[in-house]
Amino acid sequence: MRVIVLGLGNILLRDEGVGVRVVEALAERYILPAEIEAVDGGTVGMDLLDTLAGCDHLLICDAVQTGAPPASVGRLANAEVPALFQTRFSPHQLGLSEVLATLILMEEAPAAITLVGVVPVDMELGAELSPEVTAAVGLAVETLVTELQAIGFRLVPSVSPAGDDENFSFSLTPCLLPAWEEENFKIH
Amino acid sequence: MTRITIDPITRIEGHLRIDCEVENGKVTNAWSSGQMWRGIEVILKGRDPRDAWLFTQRICGVCTTVHAIVSVRAVENALDLEVPLNAQYIRNMIITAHGIHDHIVHFYQLAALDWVDIVSALSASPEGAAKLGATLSDYRRNSVPEIRQIQEKLKAFTGTGQLGVFASGYWGHPAMKLPPDVNLLAAAHYLQALEYQRIANRIVAILGAKTPHIQNLAVGGVANPINLDSQSTLTLERLFAIKAEIDKLGEFVNQAMIPDVAAVGALYADWTAHGAGVTDYLSVPDLPLDTKGTQFELPGGFVPKGDLSQFKPITSYQDGYFRDGVKESVKHAWYQYQGEEKALHPYEGQTNPHHTAFQDDGKYSWVKAPTFYDQRAQVGPLANVLAMVAAGHEPTKRHLNRVLEIASTVAGTPIPVTALHSTIGRIAARAVRCAVLLESLQNQWQLLVNNIAKGDFATFNRPVFPKGEIRGFGYHEAPRGVLSHWTVIENGKIKNYQAVVPSTWNAGPRDDNDAMGPYEASLVDNPVADAELPLEVLRTVHSFDPCLACAIHLVDSRKRSIVQVKAFG
Repeated sequence: MRVIVLGLGNILLRDEGVGVRVVEALAERYILPAEIEAVDGGTVGMDLLDTLAGCDHLLICDAVQTGAPPASVGRLANAEVPALFQTRFSPHQLGLSEVLATLILMEEAPAAITLVGVVPVDMELGAELSPEVTAAVGLAVETLVTELQAIGFRLVPSVSPAGDDENFSFSLTPCLLPAWEEENFKIH
Repeated sequence: MTRITIDPITRIEGHLRIDCEVENGKVTNAWSSGQMWRGIEVILKGRDPRDAWLFTQRICGVCTTVHAIVSVRAVENALDLEVPLNAQYIRNMIITAHGIHDHIVHFYQLAALDWVDIVSALSASPEGAAKLGATLSDYRRNSVPEIRQIQEKLKAFTGTGQLGVFASGYWGHPAMKLPPDVNLLAAAHYLQALEYQRIANRIVAILGAKTPHIQNLAVGGVANPINLDSQSTLTLERLFAIKAEIDKLGEFVNQAMIPDVAAVGALYADWTAHGAGVTDYLSVPDLPLDTKGTQFELPGGFVPKGDLSQFKPITSYQDGYFRDGVKESVKHAWYQYQGEEKALHPYEGQTNPHHTAFQDDGKYSWVKAPTFYDQRAQVGPLANVLAMVAAGHEPTKRHLNRVLEIASTVAGTPIPVTALHSTIGRIAARAVRCAVLLESLQNQWQLLVNNIAKGDFATFNRPVFPKGEIRGFGYHEAPRGVLSHWTVIENGKIKNYQAVVPSTWNAGPRDDNDAMGPYEASLVDNPVADAELPLEVLRTVHSFDPCLACAIHLVDSRKRSIVQVKAFG
């Protein structure tokens, strides 16, 4: 079985990028078995074709406007998901609907699709999540974990200095300089 | 007079609105308007310049790689930092593989459906399509069984009543003129192209450590440690895996894509007379072959008035002719410059939004209007192919001649180089560039392997930021044309950052002199058979491969049309 956990969104528009941040947090906090791949999809469209082709279960995390209270977390499954993405509410979602339609044409569409959504609070220009949505990241991660458990994966937490849920420190500054860059990389 | 407004232009990223006035079946006036804004410049101020590329690769969902590459080039330029040869070659391979991916997707998945009638392909004869294919090339996948199988698949797919990716097509439109067998051959390659663009993407993934967002860049080089024995690095095994993928791509590009573009172009030869627009062409050299960026595998430069004899090359990363020529006008864009409202150089660039109603004679777009020495310029594969031909680049001349020969044979009349100044010419030039990039990818692979064999494993030079102010620019001949990033750095922090992107050059509104941008100018005199179904307008706009996500200067999230969907179950 091959499972993709796909984070979507624009991390330059604060909560719009929550999907990317939740999937990053999942990969940080749990040891993912080889069958599960965490993918930062950003706002990408057709570039995801090769990654998504032939996966058995596609688990998407994204910011969605549902009428539910701000910063709430919820799920949609299967037929509800493509319908959601066909309704244009930002360019990246249009891209994903085309990728899914193309995968159907190629007979490599995912057998099951689940979406875990977070209702955004602030989608102004900025690289950080709003405090309310930051606080919801833990719940969104656990919702993904529950979904993965339902299809047969019991995830083991990684031993992390980040501590327990209460003290979960989520990196608000994305794109930190990679550690290696602080070293001289030249191989003599 | 009829006014057509197409908003948004479908099958592109971002929101592009095109307005046309139509009289007697022809476009008489046109406006191109970006309907969203973005603010990468605002986000980057005060940040570490070594981080900039990680942010810039997020401004567009199609062009992640190109914004990453050009950002590190801009910072390296400011620091006068040399880049190790291995890093140049690895970057060059990423650039070329990405370009090939983008050009295949554009022709088959985005542009072809304006010319190829998928519904008509369903009634064609697979034997006829295979026979036609055999006259064009030796492509092994033009067999009757494979074409029949694809036709059955398409019938089953469209038979479900869900056209899916084909839903936005203008099937049966009077401007669709290809015989059914040609439609079927092209439709078969449409499906095969989906496999090949994935191969191109896989090359980017192997070198870039990840897609869609590559992880291996750094100001000063790349993060690919080269160690031929270690599993976690760029090994001989991985290099040879890449070589195998390159060879598969070559078969499709040279034997399917080039003949398809030439044949479809020949059968729509009337479109060589439409869509020229702005014929001052700007492109930049790319694929640096030395550590300083003074020698390049692919040439670039300025071709005024489409006259190859007046070609003026751009020759290095320090080129003053390019650096001093670029400005951006906001007279017709929704921005305000402090002080005088005259076009500004990107180092002095400002991003102050100033929204008004859509004013035909005033401001009407979130895209700025760039100029080169105060003139509008068209950018993109056509601009680059013309520059490379003018510079005497042998592979470009060879692939272009092949396209023109096939097209002349199919059309039954000689098709000259000047036919390129047109809607269909832009599409043909993109295929030529794709074939050129493929050869370059092979060359860069060989250069990398040879250099490693010499015992050079260096991939990174450490950047050191001085006190005080420095400035730098980086450019890249991206799939849609000239992309440049401009940065001012003070005490190691970003003070100003401006991205002048290909779709800004082409999709920009009128400028300080009220001169039309390339999209607008190319639409004037376009035929329009039916104002309700303006397929011809889409053909010309799509020929530029529009991608507006990055051309626009801020996203106003408050005004975005967020729709309500079903509440969570």
